[in-house]
Amino acid sequence: MENAPHILVESLSVSVGSTPIVSDISFALPRGQVLALIGESGSGKSTTALALMGWCRHGGRIASGTIRVGGMAIDRKSEDELAALRGRYISYIAQSAAAAFNPSRRIMAQVIEPALIHRIMTRQQAEAKAVDLFRALALPDAETIGDRYPHQVSGGQLQRLMAAMALITDPELVILDEPTTALDVTTQVEVLKCFKTALASVDHGRGATAIYVSHDLAVVAQMADRIAVLHKGRLVEEGPAEQILRAPQDAYTQSLVNAPRPVPAAPSAADAAPVLSVQGLTAGYGKVTDGQPAIPVLRDISFDLPAGGTLGIIGESGSGKSTLARVIAGLLPAAQGQVLLDGAPLPPTLEARSLDQFRAVQLVFQNADTALNPAHSVRRILARPLRHYHGLRGAAADRRVAELLDLTRLPADVIDRPVTKLSGGQKQRVNLARALAAEPRILLCDEVTSALDTVVGAAILSLIEDLRRDLGLATVFISHDIHAVASLCEKVLVLYGGTPVELASREAFNGPEHHPYTRLLLDSLPTMDPSWLGATPAPIHRGEKQAGLCPFLPRCDVAIAGICDHQPAPPKTGDGMRWLCHRGPIKHDKESA
Amino acid sequence: MKQFASLWAKAPAANRIAAAFVGFWLLLALAGPWLAPHPVGAFVDEDVFSGLSARFWLGSDYLGRDVLSRLLYGTRYTVVLGLGAALLASLCGTSIALAASLCGGRVDEVISRLMDTLISIPSKILALVLVAACGSSLPLLLLICALTYVPGNFRIARALAMNLAALDFVAAARARGEGKWAIAWHEVLPNMVHPLLADLGLRFVFVVLLLSGLSFLGLGVQPPYADLGSLVRENISGLTEGAPAILAPALAIALLTVGTNLLIDAMKPEGQ
Amino acid sequence: MVGGMSGSHRQQSLWPLLLRRIGSALVTLIMVSVVIFALAGLLPGDAAQEALGQSATPEQVAALRHEMGLDQPAPVRYAQWLAGMARADAGQSLVAGMPVAEIIAERLPNTLMLAGMTAALAVPLALAMGITAAIRRGSWIDRAINLASLSMVALPEFLVATLGVLLFCVKLMWLPSLAMVSAEATWSETLRSCALPILSLTVVVVAQMARMTRAAIADQLDRPYVEMARLKGASLSRVVLGHVLPNCLGPIVNAMALSLSYLMGGAIIVETIFNFPGLASLMVNAVTSRDMPLLQACAMIFCSAYLLLMLAADMVALIANPRLRAQ
Repeated sequence: MENAPHILVESLSVSVGSTPIVSDISFALPRGQVLALIGESGSGKSTTALALMGWCRHGGRIASGTIRVGGMAIDRKSEDELAALRGRYISYIAQSAAAAFNPSRRIMAQVIEPALIHRIMTRQQAEAKAVDLFRALALPDAETIGDRYPHQVSGGQLQRLMAAMALITDPELVILDEPTTALDVTTQVEVLKCFKTALASVDHGRGATAIYVSHDLAVVAQMADRIAVLHKGRLVEEGPAEQILRAPQDAYTQSLVNAPRPVPAAPSAADAAPVLSVQGLTAGYGKVTDGQPAIPVLRDISFDLPAGGTLGIIGESGSGKSTLARVIAGLLPAAQGQVLLDGAPLPPTLEARSLDQFRAVQLVFQNADTALNPAHSVRRILARPLRHYHGLRGAAADRRVAELLDLTRLPADVIDRPVTKLSGGQKQRVNLARALAAEPRILLCDEVTSALDTVVGAAILSLIEDLRRDLGLATVFISHDIHAVASLCEKVLVLYGGTPVELASREAFNGPEHHPYTRLLLDSLPTMDPSWLGATPAPIHRGEKQAGLCPFLPRCDVAIAGICDHQPAPPKTGDGMRWLCHRGPIKHDKESA
Repeated sequence: MKQFASLWAKAPAANRIAAAFVGFWLLLALAGPWLAPHPVGAFVDEDVFSGLSARFWLGSDYLGRDVLSRLLYGTRYTVVLGLGAALLASLCGTSIALAASLCGGRVDEVISRLMDTLISIPSKILALVLVAACGSSLPLLLLICALTYVPGNFRIARALAMNLAALDFVAAARARGEGKWAIAWHEVLPNMVHPLLADLGLRFVFVVLLLSGLSFLGLGVQPPYADLGSLVRENISGLTEGAPAILAPALAIALLTVGTNLLIDAMKPEGQ
Repeated sequence: MVGGMSGSHRQQSLWPLLLRRIGSALVTLIMVSVVIFALAGLLPGDAAQEALGQSATPEQVAALRHEMGLDQPAPVRYAQWLAGMARADAGQSLVAGMPVAEIIAERLPNTLMLAGMTAALAVPLALAMGITAAIRRGSWIDRAINLASLSMVALPEFLVATLGVLLFCVKLMWLPSLAMVSAEATWSETLRSCALPILSLTVVVVAQMARMTRAAIADQLDRPYVEMARLKGASLSRVVLGHVLPNCLGPIVNAMALSLSYLMGGAIIVETIFNFPGLASLMVNAVTSRDMPLLQACAMIFCSAYLLLMLAADMVALIANPRLRAQ
């Protein structure tokens, strides 16, 4: 019995109507092991995982195949029988805890709900168990955190609370659906560590059987015993994690393992006069008093960008990266400081800018789904700036639209399609083409690849790099993808809580010495090495940040007592670097990773 | 036309039925007076409340007039007044909503309070006072019905515009340096068309009902002409004997409004 | 853009928001009073002329106008009227020759009773219909409720009322066709005589409420938290009642308030058909007899009722929002 697989899936097909979403999927998993389902968006990995609960999205159904979990034949159960299993024997951890928690109910009520629905505990027992789980998951204020509403805790905490919800009934199988994708890298380390410990302690320390859905091989390397690779609804390869990571057999898996790294950018004339210059910029939301906004987002930002140069801006969510792009574009007036275009100050508000100033600075929005008007065709979207900036219409405009499509390597026949009918990558190209239509001097790229699959994103990045070289565009890359920024950008600006903690040349950034926060970011990037997670220390948190002092102090592991907690961090300059810290640059132990 | 044909072919049966329904009423409203076998006010039958017959397909009314002819004329009043008032209300409401959402701040506040004021006065009471003040006439009825439903349309259009104005493509247009009105026209309005059409249909139904209510109170279309509501009202004494004179116009109102509602339901974009 | 990290959510507090809503409702009420005053001024005829009849000399009319204050400029008359309204003194009825407040005091309880009993019947019914349709989304029950509510929305109310009379009074002879309301009548007598007006009004308002309830719930059903609850093993009815309903309280209460406000001034047709002594029919009489003070007072009551209901709905929505409630 112990040798029989705990989970057995044979020739599983799920379809919506007559369209198959996944077909002919087979795998087996012994009790207590973790299987990772790997693939791009649309590969059918979530569909496969949810089928194990007998759940199909968007009116789909299990068309054929068998699914056994423990001794249970999932594919033969009625809806009522399935409801009795879900949350009891099989539980689910969703991608975005912020969306998966009910905003108007307290966390505790939601965490213990599975135990109450299946009547396996009294309310008191369930609450006591939940508090134990909160402690095991290293949640702060374990006794009282359940009394809060979801909006009152952070994303990383919510994700761990959802793990508590999934584990409260001691399920036989846990399905984790991209559980850390929405998190920052530093938070991801914390959450992964918690998940790993929590999963291992299930079933009296024998460990839970789990399905881990992800697109990130490095994350999966830390969590999985076995890996199944899905591509376009089919299983292309399945085997022990070690083997898939070291010696993938299938060509597609090989392309994933050897993911394309962006080609290092060609250097520009670094001594060229700055086309964009930001000086002492402070900005935020709410009423401005004495140059300080009510809700400050950015503090004292300065940098120069030479013509044709590239600057990367990195930082966690909430660090003010996108706000900086909005300030430069004029969507949010600065409270202090200024933005210079060719040495002349840009008016802070949209109203005061001239058409030429608008034209020179173009912002490419993060999410092409919302940045392109869904009511318009590609032609209309591209023709609008042509007419607005250059007065082009009729045949001349059509010619230019065709050129732009060609420039962004879009097929000519998309021209009359509504943007809603394009793929994610195509939309992002149209988004880019619209900015290029202005013939700008500066391109502000705000997380342009974050909504895209790795391969598609890499293609967009190399397109931008080509355009920069061919058209001499100065580009600002805002990204959380540190690898891409490090290879593409000549200069990197690291923001922490709106404060610029490090500004480094590419050489310096790729070198070993960094501000402690940059070092933390770099150390938090998972690698394919399965021992990485165990070797990486959990990030620390102590106290709240205090006005005037180094903003990173509460999370800094090299702070000097008596200095860092008493005096503001001094700016220092060194070898191609400028940073804000009492300490000298801290060595990033990159080679061990 | 080709596009329309393919749309028609693709539409589910329920949508086609609903569309055919509405098309039928529009046709009647347009062609009604030419189809009418008898003059609208002529006393043609010696008998009152007579039943269906070859000469009078829908019988005669309480004064011995041909019900079919009166129904055909009545449909025109109801449809034209209803559609006109609904269009006028939507046009005004949406324009004001766009202005309010784009100007924002104090302008928005003042406009919203004005609309609240207008919506808080019960429509029939407003109609009662205005008709008493100015005397019933078609333009006044149109105006009253439109005025009644401007605030409702305004609320919906404003909510839509506010949601759209917060989206990235509007920010992109602002960062491009486009003016307020260009943004309203090119970016915001095209995305409001579908829900606003649905709202127009709903307003049409409400106007038809309000008109028939006003006719019932004697404030509506004045004799010898009659809209569908007045036809029911004037023949109400025939209800006990189940005369076609009252059943036909009552049924007509119900079919017109239900048909429009079905079409609205059918028009909803998928996934909503 | 901002936020995302713990504690950096911009918290808005509840009280300033509530006070703001109350403030804007008051502003609206003042604006309503201006409109009503102006509307009443539009009506042709002159109360002094009406009171004295055709035989009066112009001097007599002028004297009475002066006595009634009608020769004052409009802003002065408005200020006097508003001051009176603020003291709950709506002036003298020009026709009945008694204080408006007394006439209204006689009718208002009837209207409130009719509205209250209709609400007591219609609100639970609408909730039940809307929730059932949402839970059984796509089933034949959903479609049946949809068609039924669609037909109810589409029927003119005088037709509903007349059909009710035909069925219950003429054919079945179960209920009286006229609503008799008097202080001596017992509860059961009142209920019996008001059953038809209540039923007719219920048919008029219930459909819209049920449709809005269903729409508000259906809007939430595709949210990830609903899927999450289903994957915990919760049945759809548990999800709708326990998870979805608290999240769409705002729109549902708003739809209820909008429909119920109709029961005050909108009941005019039902009141006419059943000869029900309510405020709306009182106001119709006031219009025909050019009894301005009475007309204005009634209109103010209707508008205030609307504003109060909407304010209450706003408050419920604000208080139900945990982002505002939990500080």
